Amino acid sequence: MSLLRVENLSRSFGGVKAVADVSFAVEAGTVHSLIGPNGAGKTTLFNLVTGVYAPSSGRIFLGDTDVTGLPTAARAALGVQRTFQNLQIFFNMSAVENVMAGRHLHVSTGLVASLLGLPGIGRETAAARRRAEELLDHVGLAEWRKADADAMPYGALKRLEIARALAAEPKLLLLDEPAAGLNPAETHEIDRLIRRIAASGITVVLVEHDMKLVMNVSDHILVLDYGRKLAEGTAAEVRANPDVIKAYLGEAAATGGRGV
Amino acid sequence: MADFAKRHSGVLLLALFVALLPLALPNRFYFDVATKVWLNAIVCVGLNLLVGYAGQISLGHAGFFALGAYASAILTRRFELNAFVAMGLGAAGTGLLAFAVARPILRLKGHYLAMATLGLGIIIFIVINREIWLTGGPDGTRVPALALGEWRLTRIEDWYWAAGAILVAAVALAQNLIGSGVGRALRALNGSEVAASTLGIDTARYKAMAFVVSAVFASLAGSLFAHVERFVTPAEAGFLRSIEFVTMVVLGGMASNFGAVVGAALLTMLPQLVADFQDYKHLVFGAVLMATMIFLPKGLVPSLTDLVRRRLGR
Repeated sequence: MSLLRVENLSRSFGGVKAVADVSFAVEAGTVHSLIGPNGAGKTTLFNLVTGVYAPSSGRIFLGDTDVTGLPTAARAALGVQRTFQNLQIFFNMSAVENVMAGRHLHVSTGLVASLLGLPGIGRETAAARRRAEELLDHVGLAEWRKADADAMPYGALKRLEIARALAAEPKLLLLDEPAAGLNPAETHEIDRLIRRIAASGITVVLVEHDMKLVMNVSDHILVLDYGRKLAEGTAAEVRANPDVIKAYLGEAAATGGRGV
Repeated sequence: MADFAKRHSGVLLLALFVALLPLALPNRFYFDVATKVWLNAIVCVGLNLLVGYAGQISLGHAGFFALGAYASAILTRRFELNAFVAMGLGAAGTGLLAFAVARPILRLKGHYLAMATLGLGIIIFIVINREIWLTGGPDGTRVPALALGEWRLTRIEDWYWAAGAILVAAVALAQNLIGSGVGRALRALNGSEVAASTLGIDTARYKAMAFVVSAVFASLAGSLFAHVERFVTPAEAGFLRSIEFVTMVVLGGMASNFGAVVGAALLTMLPQLVADFQDYKHLVFGAVLMATMIFLPKGLVPSLTDLVRRRLGR
C-alpha cells in the first residue's frame, strides 16, 4: 500500500489554480521527486499535504487514513515532516534547541509535571539533547551544536531544518528545495544525506530545481506544470518525455531542434 | 547534586539575594518597596512566559491582577472565607476566564491581539468600577489581613519574607517550565508558528497554556497585594497598570525569567525612591519603553549575558 496517496487534489488562490486535479501515490521506502518550472504548484502541494493549506477539492491519504481535514500538528503525529523553501528556523533558539524542539512528539508535555520539573521531565530533556546532538552530527553540523541559530550560515540552516525534521522520527519527509542556494560541494553533501535518510527507511518526497541531484537520487519523478500533472515515471522515462522537454526547453527542443 | 545546583543556580542566587537583602534595608519603608518589587516580579515572571517566550502580547494583565485582588477582598470581607481559600478561588476563577477567552483571542496576531487583550482589561476595569454594590466602585474597598485561625500576617517585614519566598517559587516553576518540552514548544511557536505546527506542536493549545499560567500568576500576586495594602481600588485593573507590567518585562529582557525580576525591581523602585516622581511616572515609563525598544531591544539581562558570553570568548 502507498504511504501517501493524493486524489484529484486542487487548490485555487482567487482565480489562479495553483494545483489542479493532481493525483499520485508515493510508495514507502522510495525517493519521489516533484519537479516543474517556478509556479508549477510544487510548494503548494507540500502545503496541502502538511495541512498548512486546506484543499479546494480532492483527498489526501496517509496509509489508509484520510487526513484531508486534519490540522497540521495531527498530521505530524501520523509521521509527516517537512522542510521549507524559505527557511522556518527558530531563530530565538540555539542549533541544538531547534532540533530538540523537533522531539516534541516524543516528550511528555503535561503542564503540572513540567512546572514542577519532575525528574522524568529532566531525564527526557537530557535524552532529547543527546538525540539532537547525534542528529546534528548526522547532518554534518557537529561544529554548530552550541551556536545560536541566528549566527549560522545559510547552508548550515538548510541542514538544521533537516535535522529538526528527522528528530520527529517521520515516516514521510518532504524536502522543499534542500539544495537551493548551495554550492556544488554542499549540494553533493545534501545528495549523500538524502541517500542516507532513504536508506534508514524514511520515505522522501523531494522538490528541487537541481536536475543532477533529482536524477541522481529519485526512484520516481512527477512533473508538474501550471498546477497540472504533466508526466510521471523513472528518471529515464521523464527525461525522454516530449511534453517535459517542451515545458522545460520549449517547442523547438521537443521536436529535436528542427522547428515546425 | 552538582547537576541540581547547576540547573538551579539562578534560582539559588535569587533566593540568596532575597535572604540577604534585609541586611541592607534601613527601615519599614524599604521593606514595603521590596515587597512591592517581589509582587510585581511575580506578575512579570508569568507575563514573560506569554510575552517573552511564546511571543504573544497582552495589554490586559492588570485585569487578571485586579481579579485576584478583588476576589480576595470580596470573598474574605463579605463572605468571610478563609484568605487562602479566597486566594485559591480567585486564581481558579481567573484561570478559567483566561482559558475561556484564550482560544478565540489568541488566534489573533500582532496589533489585533494587543487590541483584544486591551479590550479584555478594560472590560474588567469597567465591571470593577461600576458594580459598586460588590466592589465598592471607584472608592475602592478595604481588605482584611491575611489570616489563618489565630495567626495573622500584618508586619511588613513578615510580608517581605512571604512575598520573597513566593517569588523564588514562581521563578523556579517558570525555569522548570522553560527547560521542559512545553517551554521548547512555546519558544518554537514564537520562532515560527508554521514550523512549530509541522513538528506536531498544537500552537493554539500552547498559547492558551501560557495565557492561563500567566493569568494565574497575576491573580495570585493581586491577592497578595490586596492583603499587603489592606485596600484595593479599580486603578489596579487600569490600562496604565497593564502597560507598567509589559514595560517591566521588556526592560528586564524578554525570554529571561531573571530579566522579568530585574525589570520589575527597577520600575517598581524608581517611582518609590525618587521624590516627586509620582506625577511623571507614566511619562517616564513611556520613555523607558521607547528607549529600550530602540537601544536595547533584547532587554537588560539578555543583553548583559550576551556581553559577558562574548567577553569570555563563548
